Amino acid sequence: MAKVRAVAASGNLSTGFPEASLVRAIADGVDFIGCDAGTTDSGPSYLGSGKARGPREGVKRNLRIMMREAMKTGIPVVIGSAGHAGGRPHLEWTLSIIRELAVENSWHFRLASIDSEIEKATLAKASREGFITPLGSSPELNEKTILDAQRFVAMMGIEPIQRALEAGAQVVVAGRCSDVAIYAALPILNGISAAVAFHAGKILECGAASVEQRKAPDSMAAELDADGFTVAPPNPALRCTPQSVAAHTLYENADPLHLVESGGTLDTTDARYEAVGNRAVRVTGSRFLPATRYTVRIEGATLVGYRSIVIAGIRDPLVLRRLNDFLTSLHSVLERKIFDNLRLKPGAYSINFRVYGRDGTLGEMEPCPDIGHEVGLVIDVVASSQELAADICPIVSHTGLHHPIAEYNGLISNFAYPFSPGGIDVGPVYQFCANHVWELTDPCGPFTMKLEQL
Amino acid sequence: MPELWEMTKLIRSKNAGPFELTFDIMFKDNDGFRKAKKSGFCSPDKIARKYGVPPDSVKVFFLENISTIKVSIPRRVPSGDARDTDIYGGQFHSPLVRMRI
Repeated sequence: MAKVRAVAASGNLSTGFPEASLVRAIADGVDFIGCDAGTTDSGPSYLGSGKARGPREGVKRNLRIMMREAMKTGIPVVIGSAGHAGGRPHLEWTLSIIRELAVENSWHFRLASIDSEIEKATLAKASREGFITPLGSSPELNEKTILDAQRFVAMMGIEPIQRALEAGAQVVVAGRCSDVAIYAALPILNGISAAVAFHAGKILECGAASVEQRKAPDSMAAELDADGFTVAPPNPALRCTPQSVAAHTLYENADPLHLVESGGTLDTTDARYEAVGNRAVRVTGSRFLPATRYTVRIEGATLVGYRSIVIAGIRDPLVLRRLNDFLTSLHSVLERKIFDNLRLKPGAYSINFRVYGRDGTLGEMEPCPDIGHEVGLVIDVVASSQELAADICPIVSHTGLHHPIAEYNGLISNFAYPFSPGGIDVGPVYQFCANHVWELTDPCGPFTMKLEQL
Repeated sequence: MPELWEMTKLIRSKNAGPFELTFDIMFKDNDGFRKAKKSGFCSPDKIARKYGVPPDSVKVFFLENISTIKVSIPRRVPSGDARDTDIYGGQFHSPLVRMRI
């Protein structure tokens, strides 16, 4: 009976792992090394800007160890969601590190890269033809919003990775990719059932996150067979328990029992988790329900403006006791002054007072917006250019500093600024502009593979 | 009446994609899980009132085998939006921690 052994180097390529953990996993025997490099968790900025998440030297260190072990043993390496957002510049960034490592270490192998960035015209055509469907609460996605966006990626399933492995690639670098598909692609190619492969993938994709007590990012290994899989951390200081593995199945997933993937849904309702020895867990009993249509998730980011901020503290109890009125009246004075100075009308920019100590963390969802003895203000200015946002900041700082309250006669200074100058340029602001799926006739269709011999 | 945190080993929130938040409430034992479930503290109506979202958008799951309650709600603004306050959605569980059960 076919068995496939997988190791996840880490939950994220940019956070790292102890070298000894991966070396031990390889010594125990594995058939491939996987690592997820991306997520939408850190917001739309990476996708919108095209910048990868580093540090580059850290990513290079992690890739060096993974590739060294792979070259030694002749096993494949699969990287998903390259450069954090998986767009074309993110993929190129990751490939440049891999080519550098190949030259520096005289490694020779076949490299496959899979591009998941989708041309706006392609997406607009798919939208016109009715192949794009919204999921849950979605921003409107039409031809105009598609063309206005910065960048789109489609999240590939297992098939493009399998095609690269079948083409003899030893290192596969995928653009935006399902985290689970990184680990499910090769086992399914080797005869493991989708139910076992996808569930094992869900546990592996976060590295050592499914151990009982994770102290730092670390590796995780699993052995998959016909009936289930057994998962255990290679680091002997860590252990998995049935509860820790079961609990991880529901992490970051709105529905704890159904994980929707391209091509079908993993149903873990009847999954069983049993301890094997002191550190390993055996998982059986999940099912995979194939979908009637093959869909991939679309992610996109649109530029909405440029941000500058001013940070200030308020401690005066008389200002604090009517803070909402104070900020509302300050806001209307600011609108007038900004128009006088810059000829900008209120719709052309936004000023948002983020009040830490009241509702800065939860915003409108804060059930008890009470104020203590002080608050921290982040005055958040977004305008159509960085220059305009930066120009608004001194108006905000000066007006806010001296904005009067009824209890005091004479010039007052309300805001404690920790920094000089007060305004800090934060850069472009993006927003996610798609929560949609794209129906494909060919699961590999939009994903262009390139092979190179290094 | 105990507070929720006293009965649990973990209460956390996290994005489930950029448009949803999900809370994992893991109890120390099955007894506490059952008591909490029976108390109705996390009925869709109560969660909806606490977070200002429509009751029919609140999803609640009871996972008996791991003594865990999972609650998922839509975000008011998507992660990273100009007015978002918590990109990872990691602090939204906070109003639940000291609820009396």
